[in-house]
Amino acid sequence: MTAVDARPGRVEVHGVHKSFGAHEVLHGVDLVVEPGSVTVVLGPSGSGKSTLLRSINHLETVDRGYVALDGELVGYRRRGDVLHELKERELLRQRTRFGFVFQSFNLFPHLTALENVVEAPVSAQGRNRREVEAEARELLARVGLADKAGAHPRQLSGGQQQRVAIARALAMKPAVLLFDEPTSALDPELVGEVLSVITDLARTGTTMIVVTHEIGFARQAADRIVFMDEGRIVEQGTPAQVLDDPQHERTKAFLAKVL
Amino acid sequence: MTLLEHRPVAEANPYEGLRVVKARHPGRWAATAVVAVLLAMVANSLITNPRWEWGVVWAYLGEVSIVEGVWMTIKLTLITAVLGFALGTVLALMRLSQSPLLRAVSWGYTWVFRSVPLILQLLLWYNLAYLYQTLDVGIPFGPSFASFETLSLIDKFGAAILGLGLHQAAYSAEIVRAGILSVDQGQHEAAASLGIPRRRQSTRIVLPQAMRTIVPTAVNEVIGLFKGTSIVYVLALGELFYTVSVIYGRTQRVLPMLVVAAIWYVVLTTVVTVIQFYVERYYARGAVRTLPPTPLQRLRGNLTAGLARVRSTSGQDPVTR
Repeated sequence: MTAVDARPGRVEVHGVHKSFGAHEVLHGVDLVVEPGSVTVVLGPSGSGKSTLLRSINHLETVDRGYVALDGELVGYRRRGDVLHELKERELLRQRTRFGFVFQSFNLFPHLTALENVVEAPVSAQGRNRREVEAEARELLARVGLADKAGAHPRQLSGGQQQRVAIARALAMKPAVLLFDEPTSALDPELVGEVLSVITDLARTGTTMIVVTHEIGFARQAADRIVFMDEGRIVEQGTPAQVLDDPQHERTKAFLAKVL
Repeated sequence: MTLLEHRPVAEANPYEGLRVVKARHPGRWAATAVVAVLLAMVANSLITNPRWEWGVVWAYLGEVSIVEGVWMTIKLTLITAVLGFALGTVLALMRLSQSPLLRAVSWGYTWVFRSVPLILQLLLWYNLAYLYQTLDVGIPFGPSFASFETLSLIDKFGAAILGLGLHQAAYSAEIVRAGILSVDQGQHEAAASLGIPRRRQSTRIVLPQAMRTIVPTAVNEVIGLFKGTSIVYVLALGELFYTVSVIYGRTQRVLPMLVVAAIWYVVLTTVVTVIQFYVERYYARGAVRTLPPTPLQRLRGNLTAGLARVRSTSGQDPVTR
């Protein structure tokens, strides 16, 4: 496949704290995601899953701690013991190494599906438009939407929109794909088509971090499951470990509710 | 009801052969009649009252000085609209910036220029030469490279453009800002997460979507400007209204000349309204599932539908009618 190269994508999260006003959402999170692995983040609403994901590609700035991609700090440059905040331009360039898929899709409604996919590789990576268009059509075909290239987002179902959004994220050839509850805004009968696209991607060896409530998907696709509660990682391990033999009381309580 | 219930079950459709009588609307008919009579009265007075002097109106409508006045009005409107919205966009972006100074300056500009009456601003600009005899280009607090006579730089036309444009910018800034705020936060986030450069985020992602909110209000402003330019008659600048007033000052034909001006303003507004339809249609791409038809498309659709109806009626079996 052209779009997803088996590039390394090792993500390290170290002691990340984040507050919104007086409310601390993340209380020191540590996490290492190996390149090519699929990590699923589970946890009740308000446990800080989305904030963690958004901190990884610096959509949220963290108050303490740091995030690194393949050893390179995200959002900062280190000189001695001092961290210098990156300029917006450098930050945007760094972001192109992450693909982000939003819960509410966030497709650009005034652009067609094809234009949505083509926009960033051309304007952010300065690539040749014609080349990118050919790749974009391939990507749309891969998510099963070859015939929808000319459609505007509002002419598509939720599931189709989310698949376009996935193609858009893939077009950047990111090292890491971040999914923020990609199926939570979908009607139940549309969840499957999106999950099957994500499952296919999981087999191609792209590093993926997926925040979701879909336990079945987690069991099938995840290499590692991380369970979060109240801004902390409570427990992590293989799907068999976490889902079938949870050690922590909160994990047990959560699983009892959703399984 | 009971009749229907007692009919034999074997009959396929008990409602067959029933006739539909449409509800009557006597009130609506009466109101329509009243309005029709009033319209007839207006038309009658316009035609029969000789004081309207339609002959004079007609004679002056295409007169050279009037057409020149119309052209000046168009020029003033277009230049100040472009200047106003360009500066307004900058002010809106300043107002949304992270820098407190930029935000404060933008707020202060809007505050001052919305507070002072336009007519006063125009006269202030026209009299700028009294405050500053020359305008210099150079290093702030340092030497000057070039110097211009204020009077030669800001003539009547310059004062009118400055006055109208800067005044317009204060209003345009708020319109553009409202448009930008109307774009979903998720759009900014998606653009940022894709690493799209900042300027491109504005021009390609945010502003095109903001335009849907901006256009109707902006057109309102342009129409307001067309008529608002008449205020520069205080500078004795030869736009439409000033030209007309000069002519009726000379000929004493006040009313017909005002009608001439009114007709031209209606024409200009109509043209802008037509343009508005197409601009809004352009920016509606993606926002609606199907675009509204253009008047031409609608006409064609109505014609084909009408023809189809006529054909189906004429082709119908006369017995069933």
